Amino acid sequence: MNRRRAYRSFVSYIDRSREYYAAQGYSQPYTWLQNQEVPFTPLRKLLTQCRVGLVTTAGREDIEGATYGLTREFYAMPANPAPTGLYTGHLFWDKEATHTDDLDSFLPLNRLAEFAAEGHIGSVSPRFYGAPTDYSQMRTMNEAAPQVLEWCRQDGIDAVLLPAL
Amino acid sequence: MSLVARHLEENGLTTVVMGSARDIVEECGVTRFVFTDFPLGNPCGKPWDVEMQRSIVGTALDLLTRAWMPRTTIQTPFSWGNDDWRDAFMRVDDSNREALAQEGEERRRFQSEAKKQK
Repeated sequence: MNRRRAYRSFVSYIDRSREYYAAQGYSQPYTWLQNQEVPFTPLRKLLTQCRVGLVTTAGREDIEGATYGLTREFYAMPANPAPTGLYTGHLFWDKEATHTDDLDSFLPLNRLAEFAAEGHIGSVSPRFYGAPTDYSQMRTMNEAAPQVLEWCRQDGIDAVLLPAL
Repeated sequence: MSLVARHLEENGLTTVVMGSARDIVEECGVTRFVFTDFPLGNPCGKPWDVEMQRSIVGTALDLLTRAWMPRTTIQTPFSWGNDDWRDAFMRVDDSNREALAQEGEERRRFQSEAKKQK
């Protein structure tokens, strides 16, 4: 269906959140990183031979759930069986339009396991990794990212899907 | 999440970010991005819609092999079904301006209390 609009259809979350937090009385707007350079690593094996991992921004029920999301701890958890749920209450998503009761809508552990069972990918990593969105970009870059990389290497991963809530 | 993806990619892993906040991911700059134009919360498909989830995850897996340069964004063909969420999310107008200011006050109070307890 064709439609005509006087403005872009995609929501700009950078604009929207800046205005929202300003209305809440926060005087300094959040500043987002903008990178000119973007790295590129081609897949070095056939996908059917690759071990694929998953990283989520959601938190563990027992840790984030207990502290209302103040901990923002990164973690590795068994991928099989998939957890029944993860804590998302502290994250920035549209709690009026939708919900996160179905894990596979934001962390597709079961879908990925199906692709592995059907032979589309070599295997699923035995663990998935949590890197809850952190206000501090330094903490994400200097602590969360290197830790996730180390876990990926321990698990022999070739490729990673990173669904962001 | 984009920062984690960049770090993994810089260190020899092939990555794909999946999400619905197009501006945030593309400003940060990632190697591969599967964009679904949904309200934030379900970047891998609507809850309980297994077929849609399979399609979106399959697109992400395909992109691992088929992107030949960084900043490759693919948009999946799905739409949410209505557009109400676009304007409603984090809306600021005269009907809620006062309530938002009050919420901000309460949030700052809660955060400073939590900090003291740490």
